[in-house]
Amino acid sequence: MAKNVDVIVIGGGVVGTAVLDRLARFNVSSLLLEKSDDVAAFSTRANSGIVHAGYDCDPGTLKAKYNVRGNALLWQDAEALGVKHLQCGSIVVAKAGQEAQIEKLRQKALANGVDVEVWNREQTLAFEPSVADDIESSLYAKSAGIVSPFGLAIAYADRAVLNGAEIALEQEVVKVEKAGDSFKVATKDNEYTAKVVVNCAGEYGANINDLAGVEHFETTYRRGDYFILDSTERKRINTVIFPLPTAAGKGILVAPTADGNVIYGPTAVDTVIDDTTSSLNSLDTIRRSVPLSYKNPTFNKCIRIYSGLRTIIGHDFVIGESKLVPNFVMAIGICSPGLTSAPAIAEDLCELVVSKFSATKKENVVERLPENKGLLELDEQELNSRIAKDEAWGRIVCRCEKVTEAEIVRAIHSPLPACTVDAVKRRTRAGMGRCQGGFCGPRVMEIISRELNIPLDKVRKGNGEDSNIAVCKVGEVK
Amino acid sequence: MNTICIMCPMGCPLNIQEVNGEVVVTGNTCKRGQIYGVEEFTHPKRSVTALVKTESGGVVSVKTSTTVPKERIFDVVAEIDALRASDDAKIGDVLARNVLGLGADIIVTGTAKSGVPA
Amino acid sequence: MMGTLNFDVVIIGGGPAGMAAALSARKEGASVLILERDVRLGGILNQCIHQGFGLHYFGEEMTGPEYAERFRKMVEQSDVEVMLESMVLSLTDDKELTVLSPKLGLCHIKAKAVVLAMGCRERTAGAIALPGTRPAGIYTAGMAQKICNIDGYLVGKEVVILGSGDIGLIMARRMTTEGAKVKLVLELMPYSSGLKRNIVQCLDDYGIPIKFSHTITRVVGSPRMTGLYYAPVGADRKPILEEEQYIDADTLLLSVGLIPENDLLGATRVELSRITNGAVVDENRMTSVPGIFSCGNVLHVHDLVDNVSHEAEIAGCSAAKFALGECEEQGEEVAVVAKDGVRYALPQKIHRGEGKVQIFFRTGDVYKNCRLIVESGEVVLLSKKCQVLAPGEMGSVIVDKAKIAGDIVVRLEK
Repeated sequence: MAKNVDVIVIGGGVVGTAVLDRLARFNVSSLLLEKSDDVAAFSTRANSGIVHAGYDCDPGTLKAKYNVRGNALLWQDAEALGVKHLQCGSIVVAKAGQEAQIEKLRQKALANGVDVEVWNREQTLAFEPSVADDIESSLYAKSAGIVSPFGLAIAYADRAVLNGAEIALEQEVVKVEKAGDSFKVATKDNEYTAKVVVNCAGEYGANINDLAGVEHFETTYRRGDYFILDSTERKRINTVIFPLPTAAGKGILVAPTADGNVIYGPTAVDTVIDDTTSSLNSLDTIRRSVPLSYKNPTFNKCIRIYSGLRTIIGHDFVIGESKLVPNFVMAIGICSPGLTSAPAIAEDLCELVVSKFSATKKENVVERLPENKGLLELDEQELNSRIAKDEAWGRIVCRCEKVTEAEIVRAIHSPLPACTVDAVKRRTRAGMGRCQGGFCGPRVMEIISRELNIPLDKVRKGNGEDSNIAVCKVGEVK
Repeated sequence: MNTICIMCPMGCPLNIQEVNGEVVVTGNTCKRGQIYGVEEFTHPKRSVTALVKTESGGVVSVKTSTTVPKERIFDVVAEIDALRASDDAKIGDVLARNVLGLGADIIVTGTAKSGVPA
Repeated sequence: MMGTLNFDVVIIGGGPAGMAAALSARKEGASVLILERDVRLGGILNQCIHQGFGLHYFGEEMTGPEYAERFRKMVEQSDVEVMLESMVLSLTDDKELTVLSPKLGLCHIKAKAVVLAMGCRERTAGAIALPGTRPAGIYTAGMAQKICNIDGYLVGKEVVILGSGDIGLIMARRMTTEGAKVKLVLELMPYSSGLKRNIVQCLDDYGIPIKFSHTITRVVGSPRMTGLYYAPVGADRKPILEEEQYIDADTLLLSVGLIPENDLLGATRVELSRITNGAVVDENRMTSVPGIFSCGNVLHVHDLVDNVSHEAEIAGCSAAKFALGECEEQGEEVAVVAKDGVRYALPQKIHRGEGKVQIFFRTGDVYKNCRLIVESGEVVLLSKKCQVLAPGEMGSVIVDKAKIAGDIVVRLEK
């Protein structure tokens, strides 16, 4: 199949989907190519979900610029898109003798135009009673908070689709070639042409650059492991608690998640591309570090560990148009604070791309996604009227997170359809609770099988042909 | 040989030996343990439980009506694999009699999944 | 869609515990409702197609679905009311329940007594912070059992099992007879957490090796598991990484513990035990909230369904008497304390009075040739020699209530 569009966005992380969402508001045809079974499948689904205030970035860097602008945009986007978020502020905590480091952060904050306050122990405790006993001061940033990172990317993707953009899943780009004044972009089974290519390929950003023969960047990768705790632990914490930052990053934090859990992490382990293998050592580092800033660690309430990759190119993001090959645009090396920066990066890249087409704004743009409330957000009357029309609203599939069959069906048929168990999980939370899909997993598989009309052993966990959960019918092992 | 009596949850540790042509069981605390020990030593037997495909492609659980020699378990499983049950098979239905001449029938023990809203 | 429904006794959960509790409550004359989340009664028994049920309760050995069917028939023949596909969303100390069902919508139910019979859930890879990748191919044994025995599909072909809980052992045999290769069972502890007969009949019979004092150090492969590293553990139960070994496998089943599913009790004042993760109960299986009773695996994890049925009958009968205002005068309450090698004893409270009471217990380790002692105040109620006591096999003793002279201690002596 060959297809011709104005713009191809490579990579369906939060940056790629945010770019697509913005482009979809203009009269340009745009297509996003994602190699996985879903958007938000890599670094976007495995990070801290923190909306950073921007005090930590070196003044004058792209990171500082996009973080601060992104923070403002992200809260607006999350609100408009109905993505779970909470502007709960953040604190960086310090022990006695570390005041100078707090002051250094405050100076950076001033330079970056971020509103912060330095608090003593009493002020800190009044806001967050669970800081460790020897914490003497903190730097409070009220604009910080938390968001569902994959929720945001999925919402961008859904709105982009509703506004006419296209997303092709399981299309790993294997060739990018300048041919005349356009690009030929090939995946294993398809070929596309586009006038502009936007490289938002995350971990593989530098690889895509190399494929296209544009600027080469040396990339390093740093893995971060996390613990996720049961939602029962959410009441123990109010805000995001950071230790003092180090050269390796912002340190091992303790934070609520927008979905109502608590996370401990990340570590910072130098590694290679694609490696999200949690190690015993790294998990032990978290076990040792958390109590230094947080008084109430409850590792026995862990329901899941996960691991994400930070893709690092030098000390800053790489954003803008290639100087070697015109119309090749990139946003790569988007490590932390990439999630927060994404909306601002998208704003600039969209402007850059649209200017090349002198494209006008579409007249009727979808701003809000169709209502996507879950069972727990419906009042009794509304719920009963839905059940009267569709019994599936009365049928709980995921008992831990109270997700109904209707919500799962809706996810499978959403603008960007969820076709795998993990994709359904990211949209509905079915399987994200304390039983981790032990009970609802088979039911979710059944529903996917029914809705997509595929046999149960073709229902996949996530990316990859061989991620099917049931491998064969009984009696057919050979 | 040493094994564990499985006649009841007590799980008595049994020692079974042949002494002067006679099988001697020690460690048991009841008569059933004695019988089990001798049988386990001379000709161990097991119940087999498995699944039979139904006409519409589902499965229904089955068991052997009585124990079969332990070394024939996989032969019995193969026989069961070849059977087909009707979609409305119900508990107690006999799907095969005297399988492989071992004296055990294949009995339906469950109901095929149906009416599951999925 | 409707007003508040009223029942004397509402049973939450229609598995073996719920059905037995319902029948005994009905027998006492109470109006009874079972709330079951699945499409049929029977609970996890429906997927336990192996033998080993009913020997004690019915005097014959049967499979899980058959055991469930016996009770299901009795429930059908009684006038116990059953709501299927019904999930309890909330429960209060006043025994008001909100329930969601596809047929009736969100409804409100008021009970005079409630019996908790929700069963348990399995510990997951996440709960044990299993290191490595997180690919397809890692499932709890019970989930694999459901996909196999109910849906008719296998979850893998080359299997390693972590943990020696009964469902894991049963699934080792199940996967083997279905043609999969079960290569290894790893158990962190130096002993099995499952029943001995399952070690014999599910592993030994099929030549499946089990390595005690071993654990997984790293899962490998993505998007599907391709293998894993494992190592022996030291006295601190931490892996000795120098002795790490690798094994190819596309599937890892976890049988690393069951946890009573008491999440519904968040809004109540029902006191939970840190040891059992179930409610603290008296001999009537009443919790710390009057009129809320608990039985079966939601109270403490059982090895045998027969014991569940017996326990549930106590709870159901007591709940009915409570609801009907027919509770007998209770004597002074004494505590039942587990000590010296006994991990827990249940019930945790007993009233002085007439008759006999059965105390169930589990040990914290394997003990051989020890003495089990039950004392009350200065009185030794029972002292018996035990050849072997293991955490995987629940024990019980019967004591005479009339002899109770103070708090009861259940302990072991070398």
